[in-house]
Amino acid sequence: MSMQKPPGLKLVDENLRRVDGRRLDELRPIKMKVGVLNRADGSAYIEWGKNKILVAVYGPRELHPRYMQDPTKAVVRARYNMAPFSTEERVKPGPTRRSVEISKLIAEMFSGIIFIEEFPRSAIDIFIEVLQADAGTRTAGITAASLALADAGIPMRGLVTACAAGKIDGYIALDLNKEEDNYGEADMPMAMLVKENKIVYWQMDGQMTEEEVRTAISMIRDACEKLYEMQKEALKKRYIELEGL
Amino acid sequence: MAELEEIIPKLQANYVLELASKGLRIDGRDFDSYRPISIEIGFAEKAEGSAKVSLGATQVIVGVKVSVGSPFPDTPDRGILITNAELVPTASPTFEPGPPNENAIELSRIIDRTLRESNAIPLDKLVIEEGREVWEVWIDIHVIDYDGNLIDASMLGALAALLTTKIPEDRYGYSSEPRPLELTCLPLTTTFVKLGDYLMIDPNLIEEKLSSVRITVGMNEKGIISSIQKSNHGFIDFDEVEKIINKTKIKTSELREIVLRSIRRS
Repeated sequence: MSMQKPPGLKLVDENLRRVDGRRLDELRPIKMKVGVLNRADGSAYIEWGKNKILVAVYGPRELHPRYMQDPTKAVVRARYNMAPFSTEERVKPGPTRRSVEISKLIAEMFSGIIFIEEFPRSAIDIFIEVLQADAGTRTAGITAASLALADAGIPMRGLVTACAAGKIDGYIALDLNKEEDNYGEADMPMAMLVKENKIVYWQMDGQMTEEEVRTAISMIRDACEKLYEMQKEALKKRYIELEGL
Repeated sequence: MAELEEIIPKLQANYVLELASKGLRIDGRDFDSYRPISIEIGFAEKAEGSAKVSLGATQVIVGVKVSVGSPFPDTPDRGILITNAELVPTASPTFEPGPPNENAIELSRIIDRTLRESNAIPLDKLVIEEGREVWEVWIDIHVIDYDGNLIDASMLGALAALLTTKIPEDRYGYSSEPRPLELTCLPLTTTFVKLGDYLMIDPNLIEEKLSSVRITVGMNEKGIISSIQKSNHGFIDFDEVEKIINKTKIKTSELREIVLRSIRRS
């Protein structure tokens, strides 16, 4: 959204196909794997288009320093972090304003999903490591984080499923890739509890009319149902492996 | 929590929630009403544009400074817009001095997105010499008294300040007079919270602290949405999305009138 589109670049062609050949409502290829790390209590890895994201969950564990503990519930902490080599330009290590904001929203969201009252005085830590970024990292990260939480055996209201939709060349399109995000007109990441039909995460930037927001939301809802099935498959596969079936 | 937190007594919390179930609020407003708004234009005389906003008991000063700098290497043909927010310890016993925390960062980024994504400030008109010199517009939000809904107060202040900002061309010797900063549209935000099952606009501090969801939508006078942000741990239903968008349209246009009126009066 922030970059000026090179003249002549068409993000959507006359057959309504996108730069990578997708239809407007088509997701990129996605692979999810649960239980990929040895030391973490729960983990997941997701490849979503060219995004590669690893999530580790620790906890519930004792929260230090102790003055940060909440005697009535667990404190959920999240860190969304981009590896220095994850983008074209090297990312300077350490928090950025963008990553601080995303981490805040993700931590707040999961504290409403996890049954935190079950774990007073403890911490649940979610580490989202973006190893390769190609737009849509926060939604891919959230989708994987909820798998990692499930893998850690942390009780939750449900799996959180996330996806974005945006606007490119005036068309509403699902799941923008980097080129579309750079030269498109808007992006709207959203996460939901699919079974309960609730929105738990919602951001948008760019330019959209009310009607376009509605269209984007309905695209995201449909996509989240598909993603939710993939999440369940990934979790089942993990248990089959564990039990050696 | 490492940071100090506002504490709302349980009795008061119960009272506020009970009132909400009857369609009432502790300060007598209905769910869709803003608190009284006053905007003082030109509070900071050394700034190129400024406004002091009171939204009920919330007070925010926004100053716009404009200076000459080098463009970013990837945008040699555009001026620079930087938004920053400081939650000054005068505003609340829970605000501590130090670098901006996540709340201050989130606040400034919402204001920045609402303005930037709507192209309200035509950055391509802020170029002095392409690739070498451009105008930098700094929007600094100084929160001085905190009684909830800092986002809308800051956005009102930012828009009022920008509408009265003069680019100091005279000071830098580019012309004999300062040039007004022209905006292409007038985006504003409306912030809702969900308290129990109820959506209300312009939360005061108690409502904000008791709510499960805070949601802000930024919209300009053409009805174009340029920012949305949901925060906090709660959930929203899809029919609530409709309500939020519809009410944003009505409320941002009311707020726009208030901003324009206060500028005419100044």
